[in-house]
Amino acid sequence: MSEKQQAEPIEKVSIVISKGSLEGVYPGLIMANGARMEGIEVTVFFTFFGLDAIIDKRMDHLKVATVGNPAMHIPTMVGGLPGMSAFATGKMKKEMEVLDIPPVREFIEMIHDTGAEMYACKATVDMFHLNKNDFCEQVDDIISVGEFYEKSAGAQIIFT
Amino acid sequence: MSNVEILGKQLELDADGYLANYKDWNEDIAKELAREEGISELTERHWLVINFMRKEYEEKGDGPSIRRLTKQSGVPIKELYQLFPKGPAKKAARIAGIPKPKGCI
Repeated sequence: MSEKQQAEPIEKVSIVISKGSLEGVYPGLIMANGARMEGIEVTVFFTFFGLDAIIDKRMDHLKVATVGNPAMHIPTMVGGLPGMSAFATGKMKKEMEVLDIPPVREFIEMIHDTGAEMYACKATVDMFHLNKNDFCEQVDDIISVGEFYEKSAGAQIIFT
Repeated sequence: MSNVEILGKQLELDADGYLANYKDWNEDIAKELAREEGISELTERHWLVINFMRKEYEEKGDGPSIRRLTKQSGVPIKELYQLFPKGPAKKAARIAGIPKPKGCI
């Protein structure tokens, strides 16, 4: 048994996006798009505050959190000043544009066009009193956790 | 690094299996590479993408991001994935004879 077996390539991923800050949403979107670029099948499941990324009225206004994140290297009290989050958000968006990372709405459209499926979490939708009309048109359906697992059959699940 | 024989010509491949020298490339080689990727016929739309990839590489030293590719070539993302089902940016780059694009987007 000395021969090492070649690891199986990943063929399918299910990405859960559970946070609604800009820096909470992008990693999942970048991973989803990157997976499709590799020909990997993708399902994206938005839950809790992650729903903000697909709520039509909110998705263009996601912000970077400047409080409670030591890696921002801004003292908490400074981060809490009015306008800090907007300032940090503006800076981050500029940096991302340089790297060709699209704004959230365009990114969601792009990823959906690659053939990825997008779902909203039913429990959260009920909790926040939302319905299908609140979401952008790329959302394929509102599904339960059980259905999420069914759709994830054979996939690696990535929680962000 | 490895070598592959395509149309009677020995061609060097890089570690990712892409052509090591993009100047080794010609349209017949592209057709062979496409066949390896399961694309039996290269249409005019395929060529549009392939030629854009080569131009981009010549000008910038790297293949385009998928966003640039769709915006600049005018080929919508949905169609890109139909043309190159197993991942357009990378498969098109391989067929175009340029290295695997380094970008994440």
